[in-house]
Amino acid sequence: MDYTTLLNKKIQELKPSGIRRFFDIANEMDHVISLSIGEPDFTTPWHVRQEGIESLRRGRTWYSPNRGFAELREQISKYFSRRFGVEYDTGEEILVTVGGSEAIDLCIRSVVDNGDEVLIPQPSFVCYEPMTIMAGGVPVVIKTRSENEFRLTAQELEDAITPKTKLLILPFPNNPTGAVMRKKHLEEIAKVIEKHNILVLSDEIYGELTYGGERHVSFSSIKGMRERTVVVNGFSKSYAMTGWRLGYALGPEPIISQMTKLHQYAIMSAPTTAQYAAIEALKHGDSDIEHMREEYDIRRRFIVDGFCKMGLKCFEPEGAFYVFPSIKISGLTSEHFCEDLIRSRHVAIVPGTAFGECGEGFARVSYSYSLNHIKEALERIERFLYSLNGSDITV
Amino acid sequence: MFMYRLLELLNENADFTTAQLAAMLGESEQTVKEQIEEYKNKGIIKGTKTLIDWEKLPDSGVRAIIELKVTPKAETGFDDIAKIVMSYENVENVYLAASSRYDLIAMVRGSTIQEIAEFVSKRLSTLDAVIGTATNFVLNTYKQGGVIFHDESEDEEQRSMIV
Repeated sequence: MDYTTLLNKKIQELKPSGIRRFFDIANEMDHVISLSIGEPDFTTPWHVRQEGIESLRRGRTWYSPNRGFAELREQISKYFSRRFGVEYDTGEEILVTVGGSEAIDLCIRSVVDNGDEVLIPQPSFVCYEPMTIMAGGVPVVIKTRSENEFRLTAQELEDAITPKTKLLILPFPNNPTGAVMRKKHLEEIAKVIEKHNILVLSDEIYGELTYGGERHVSFSSIKGMRERTVVVNGFSKSYAMTGWRLGYALGPEPIISQMTKLHQYAIMSAPTTAQYAAIEALKHGDSDIEHMREEYDIRRRFIVDGFCKMGLKCFEPEGAFYVFPSIKISGLTSEHFCEDLIRSRHVAIVPGTAFGECGEGFARVSYSYSLNHIKEALERIERFLYSLNGSDITV
Repeated sequence: MFMYRLLELLNENADFTTAQLAAMLGESEQTVKEQIEEYKNKGIIKGTKTLIDWEKLPDSGVRAIIELKVTPKAETGFDDIAKIVMSYENVENVYLAASSRYDLIAMVRGSTIQEIAEFVSKRLSTLDAVIGTATNFVLNTYKQGGVIFHDESEDEEQRSMIV
C-alpha cells in the first residue's frame, strides 16, 4: 500500500532528528561511555517522589482540571514571583502542560498563521523548527556565534526581522551551547522587540541551572516584555523530573487562553500524579535545586578545564549542563569526529550539527554524569585526539 | 565549604590531580596542594588505598563481621580491648557500637571459614574482657566505601538518548 499520498505532506518532508543515526551506532556497541544524554543523572528528590506515591495510595487517579490543579498553579505563581520577580495570575495566566515541549508546541500553534516567520536562534534544541513547519510557519534561523559566546545579539535579531515576523524563540540558558543571556543582553533584545510588533517564546527550562555570580533573569522581567512573552518552564531539569512529563507556560491571558483550548482538545490535562509531586517540589524543593546546581558546577569546571587542557577550545558555558567545545582543530567535520570517537574509543558525544547547521565544528558534551564517569571519558577523548595527531590528519 | 568539598572529591576519587581539583573548586593549584598537605599533617587524610572487589578473584578468602560483647575497664573503657583486637593483622576494621547486643565490631579476613572460626575462638573469645562473640560471615559485598560492587543492573544506562 502506498501511504505517501495519504499521509500529510509536511510531516513526510520533515527531517527526522539528525542524531538518530548516531545513536543507532552507540546502541549497537558495547561498553560505550556516554556524555550525550540531555537529562539530569540525579533521581527526583525522595520527598517529591513520596508525594507522587502518596497521591496514588489515596487513589487520586483522575483527570485534573484542563489548566492543571489550582494548587499547583498557585505554587508555580509563587515560585516564579519568588525566583524571578514576575507575577502571574493563577486563574488565567498559567497553563500546566506535558513537559515544556508541549508548551512550546501550543505556543507556536496558537501564534503562527500560514506563512508567518518564526525566528529561531541556533544552535538550539531540535523541536522549534519542525513545530513551526507543522504550524504552517516559516522557520528563520539566526546563527549565533562562538565569538559572542553563542548569545543572540540585538543586531542579529534586527537583521532577521521582516514584516512577516511573528515570533522570536529565545532558548536560553541554551541547549546545546550552555550560553546564557544576562540582564543587559536581554535588555538589548527587548529594545529591538519593542520596535516591532512581535511576540517572544522564552524557553527557560534550564533557568535554575546557571553558574557564576548572577542568577537567571527571566525575559518577562525585562521592562515592557511581560505583555508580549510566553515563558516556558518545567520540572524536568530543575528538579530532575524528566520522566514525570510536567511543564508549564506563563503568559498574558489572551495567549494562554488560546493555548488552553488546544491543550484541552489534544491532551485534556497533564499527568495527575506528576502534578501532586510537583506541588511538593515547589513547596520544599529549593534546597534540592541548590544541591544539584552545586554538583553540576563542579563538573562543569572539571570538564571545561579538561577540554581546554587537551587543546579543544571551549568557551565557558554559564548555563544548562552542556559544554560545546570546538573540534575544528581535528580537521574533521562534527559528525565525522563524533563517529570516529565512538568507533575508536567508545565515547558518545553529539555532533553540533544536530542542533542546526551552524553547529558545524562543535560537539555537545553533557556533564550530567558522575565525576568518575566524566574523568574516564575525558581520558579517552584525549587519547583519541592524540591518535589523530599521530596520523596524517592535520592538527 | 571549600575544605569540605575537597575532602569529598578526594573521597570520590583519589586519582584526581591537584590541577583537576583546583579547576573543580575554582581555587589555585597551590591552595589545593597546601590544603591537602595540612590534612595529612593533621591526620585527617590517613592515606589512599585501592578499592578491590576481592570476591571477583578465585580463592580470595573469606571475611566475617565479628560482634564482641565486652566488659569495659574502669579507667580506659573499651579502648584497651579495642587496641588488642586491632593489633591483629587479619582484622581490617574495628568499631565501637552503641548497641544492646554487642560493643565492638571487628571485620576480619581469613583464607577459610575454619581459619576465621579458629581465630575467634582462640584469639578473641579467650580475652578476659570478652564476654561473648557472634560471627557473621560475609557472602557478598554489594557496596563498600560508597562504591557499588555487585548490582545486576549496574552497567545498564537507564536514561534514554533523547536530545
